[in-house]
Amino acid sequence: MFDYHLFLSAVFGWPLAKGALLTMVLSISVMTCSLIVATLFGSVAGSQRKALRWSVGGYVWLFRGAPALLILLFVWNGLPQLSPVFRQAWFTPFFAAFLALTLIEVAYLTEILRGAFAAVGKGQREGAAALGLHRWQIFILITMPQALRVAVPALINEFISLLKATSLATVISLKELMTLTQFAIATSFRFLEWYGAALVYYMLMVSVLTVFQTRIERLLSKGHR
Amino acid sequence: MTSEQLTGAAGVAPGTPAIQLVDVAKSYGSFKALQGVSMTVERGSRMVICGPSGSGKSTLIRCINRLEIHDAGAITVNGAELTDQIVRIDRIRRDVGMVFQHFNLFPHLTVLQNCTLAQRWVRRRSHREASDIAMALLERVRIPEKASSYPAELSGGQQQRVAIARALCMNPSIMLFDEPTSALDPEMVKEVLDTMVRLAEDGMTMICVTHEMGFARQVASQVAFMEGGKVIESNTPERLFSTPAHERTKRFLSNLLH
Ligand SMILES: Nc1ncnc2c1ncn2[C@@H]1O[C@H](COP(=O)(O)OP(=O)(O)OP(=O)(O)O)[C@@H](O)[C@H]1O
Ligand SMILES: [Mg+2]
Repeated sequence: MFDYHLFLSAVFGWPLAKGALLTMVLSISVMTCSLIVATLFGSVAGSQRKALRWSVGGYVWLFRGAPALLILLFVWNGLPQLSPVFRQAWFTPFFAAFLALTLIEVAYLTEILRGAFAAVGKGQREGAAALGLHRWQIFILITMPQALRVAVPALINEFISLLKATSLATVISLKELMTLTQFAIATSFRFLEWYGAALVYYMLMVSVLTVFQTRIERLLSKGHR
Repeated sequence: MTSEQLTGAAGVAPGTPAIQLVDVAKSYGSFKALQGVSMTVERGSRMVICGPSGSGKSTLIRCINRLEIHDAGAITVNGAELTDQIVRIDRIRRDVGMVFQHFNLFPHLTVLQNCTLAQRWVRRRSHREASDIAMALLERVRIPEKASSYPAELSGGQQQRVAIARALCMNPSIMLFDEPTSALDPEMVKEVLDTMVRLAEDGMTMICVTHEMGFARQVASQVAFMEGGKVIESNTPERLFSTPAHERTKRFLSNLLH
């Protein structure tokens, strides 16, 4: 039967807390880097230069199409075979997971942001340009805030998917939440309690994100009715 | 703020026309949107441009602050010719304010922020100075009580007046208007036109694309009639309205009036 005591000590014990922390750090790092790169890619996607547009299009096509598990394994097992650089000590499971997930996440976020940038009308940029604002000023002060308002729900959605996708890194033995849960099960054979405890952690993290989403949406929706 | 501060173009030799176009042409692909357009707008005068849809009015006015880039001919603003040099474009955009048909206010910023943003980033004014100037100009367009509202909370006429104030905040010496009243409900047209008339009375150099012939009659120094990317004729409003030289102008005007 369900051992309530074990469940509680699993929830409040160190192993899962450490795993959840790693999951969080990994997700946040991937999301931050991806946002920066995708902002660049997303703004290029609407540019006049064909070569740039096509490269970004090709990138998105590849990394949105390939399964995450495959990319993860490719990075972890394939890259060291490609070059000795990836056989050195710094190429840890954490870094490999970070790299693989970022490659994928950039593709998804680029699509989201591309659409959001396009949703900000040409008139906004022209109105700003006519006032003498420069291109990058227009981008940061006018386009970005309006695009983010459109994109935030989808971005948070992506963040939530990402948070859960980090569990795939268990196949390259990254000691994130799911890996540590399975370690615990391997020694105790108590499935219900440990899976239950892991679920609590995931739900907690996702709930925090949902609250954050409501806040930021309210902040960005100022002036819109 | 004195009208001198509003209209003066600093450091320009007296007698230089505010805007001069010589043989300006512009194509979109093989379509000629402008062909051989020449016109001179003296400092302190008001040019009204009218003509049928697609005749190139917007294209012409947008070439003057380089939202569109002309392919041939020369455009000179306050004595400076428009070229690719970024410094030039900056200077021209600072001297030339523009008001659009659809206002193009920034929806995520309050009315006051709409008016201070470019002052702070382009003119490098302090927050305090920019706000003071913005409030003075919002008074001028008679809408100071809406300073902390967002554009979506305003009527069309109020939004357009804010757009005029926003442009004036940059101390332009020339104002461009592209059909500023044609997106407005009829009852709001007057408040915007009144604002523009007052601006004209203060001596602002203006180029205005509009079909409000009452406004043209009241303030225009010159009215230009465009068709097919060309200025067909240009004259004082009295002459153009009473004795248009071209059949096409006559027909267009009579359609407008009836
Ligand atoms: N970016 C563009 N690409 C292709 N053609 C364009 C573009 N902008 C304008 N045109 C064409 O150039 C012509 C002139 O356009 P413009 O907007 O200057 O006309 P307009 O006189 O302002 O008309 P309206 O009264 O409808 O505003 C039109 O036939 C239009 O289709
Ligand atoms: Mg037009």
